[in-house]
Amino acid sequence: MRLRNLNTLITGGSRGLGRALGQALAQAGARVVLVARHKQALDETVESIRANGGEAHGIVADVGDKNAVYAIAGEAAALVGPIDLVIMNASTLGPTPLPLLLDTECEDLEQVLAVNLIGPFRLTKVLAGSMVLRGRGTVINISSDAAVEAYENWGAYSASKAALDHLTRIWAAELADTGVRFFSVDPGEMNTVMHADAIPEADPATLADPAEIAERIVDMVRRIDAAPTGARISGPSWQVRA
Amino acid sequence: MTPATRPPNKRDAVRLLAVDTEANGFFDTGIDELPQLLQPGDVLVLNDAATLPASLFGVAAGQPIEIRIAGRTSTHWSVVLFGRGDWHSPTEDRPAPPVLNPGATIDLSGGLVATVLGASTVSTRLVRVRFNLEGADLWTALYANGAPVQYSYQQRPLELWSVQTVYGSQPWAAEMPSAGRPLAWSTLLALRRRGVTLASLTHAAGLSATGDPALDAALPLPERYHIPQRTVDVINAARKSGWRVIAVGTTVVRALEGNVREFGRLRAGESVTDLVIDASFRTQVADGILTGMHNQDESHYKLLGAFGTRSTLAASWRHAVKTGYLCHEFGDVSLLLPCCVREHSGVTAALLRRR
Repeated sequence: MRLRNLNTLITGGSRGLGRALGQALAQAGARVVLVARHKQALDETVESIRANGGEAHGIVADVGDKNAVYAIAGEAAALVGPIDLVIMNASTLGPTPLPLLLDTECEDLEQVLAVNLIGPFRLTKVLAGSMVLRGRGTVINISSDAAVEAYENWGAYSASKAALDHLTRIWAAELADTGVRFFSVDPGEMNTVMHADAIPEADPATLADPAEIAERIVDMVRRIDAAPTGARISGPSWQVRA
Repeated sequence: MTPATRPPNKRDAVRLLAVDTEANGFFDTGIDELPQLLQPGDVLVLNDAATLPASLFGVAAGQPIEIRIAGRTSTHWSVVLFGRGDWHSPTEDRPAPPVLNPGATIDLSGGLVATVLGASTVSTRLVRVRFNLEGADLWTALYANGAPVQYSYQQRPLELWSVQTVYGSQPWAAEMPSAGRPLAWSTLLALRRRGVTLASLTHAAGLSATGDPALDAALPLPERYHIPQRTVDVINAARKSGWRVIAVGTTVVRALEGNVREFGRLRAGESVTDLVIDASFRTQVADGILTGMHNQDESHYKLLGAFGTRSTLAASWRHAVKTGYLCHEFGDVSLLLPCCVREHSGVTAALLRRR
């Protein structure tokens, strides 16, 4: 996939992997729209990209808020044009320390699903129709090994990511021959605020730098035409073939 | 014709009046039957403009005011001013807004301010403005403080999501390109499977009413559009092969026909059309149209005269009124198409000859 002038929307774009993806994609020539809840961090990320000569725009919004979805899609398309690539990166763990399922409040599970599953579903619903009409588009849902492995205390987050993986496959099946393609990407463990919130005792030195992972993902996106739609792609191999 | 006073519970729960503009007949069906009415090779052209939150409230010259975005260029926005009141009143019953001279400001909610640059010669209520914000800050303010244009015949205020098609992208439309609203993806994907090519253009559908007689008489105002190269290619290929081009909505007709008249042939790119189409108009690109049901005194209905004879339209519309078809933005739709021109039209011809 050619990245130059690629109209790209990244949720959770103000910090961690989202910020690094924004920087790496803009550096590769993509027109980047970042979505995040906190204006100050978002503005700082947008400025850092522009300072390096990239094109970036920031939209302050919460992907878990159903009223925000058409605003996000409309603002993004107004700023850069029809979206070609969307990376659903925004995630929440829910309350930390991560609780056992028996101690998880139902409302907390609902909130995790709203951000990690229903938000991406709503946003994809708004963006993918125009992609089908144009015959091209890529949706990448950022996943986790917690979508596959049953780790204790990760119940809400894991369930949301497992459902997101399956949603990815069903999107792919339903729009198989339309030119619009869907992928799950598991980036592996990274040195991010989210990881520190989840596992505060982890040694950051043992974790990957989000900037390095973002570079690997961007390189993978360049080759993603070789991958079958619906594929789950993960580090460290970043193998794009089935 | 009675207006639909709320969006249908299900997007595609609307009736379709199929009008054979060659055999001069018509019959009732549903929008989900559209794939059976078109043929492999036909091209369906859709307006992929998303609908703006084009209505914003504020204060100007000490008076409450509503502005409705009518369009924009690279240098300014065009807005129509409305006086005190809101959507519960028909536009023609709203009091006149203050006359705003160049330099006057309109304080909108959320810190958004519009400065008047000048007024139209048609009406002082159509003004050019510039906002105090730009880029993402402007768009965020518009979406945070604006709402879709509302209609007095609706039971409840419309939310932004209720005035979108399932394929909208760039927010260019002041009001919803409503002919495409009933199209669900189950129908659109069925059309693709049938071999109908879906193509898009982006047309900045304008305001449908202002309540100002001079301005209403001038509608539709010049509107910008963009036609992608792919759409030009698939239309040219279809016409070369003798397949039909069906426009979804009057905005698509204006864009395609306006483009051909401006450039002599269909040309990709962005332009502005001031084309007004009526019964005397001979289309060069669109063979048929999928359109909302319009009252016979509306400009949209007059445009349909370019597709069907006066008597066929009148007879089919009498039938629509008699059998309870609903009109306006959330109402039923009609397909005007010369369906029987192809000997190999098979199912389509058989269906449309059924009375």
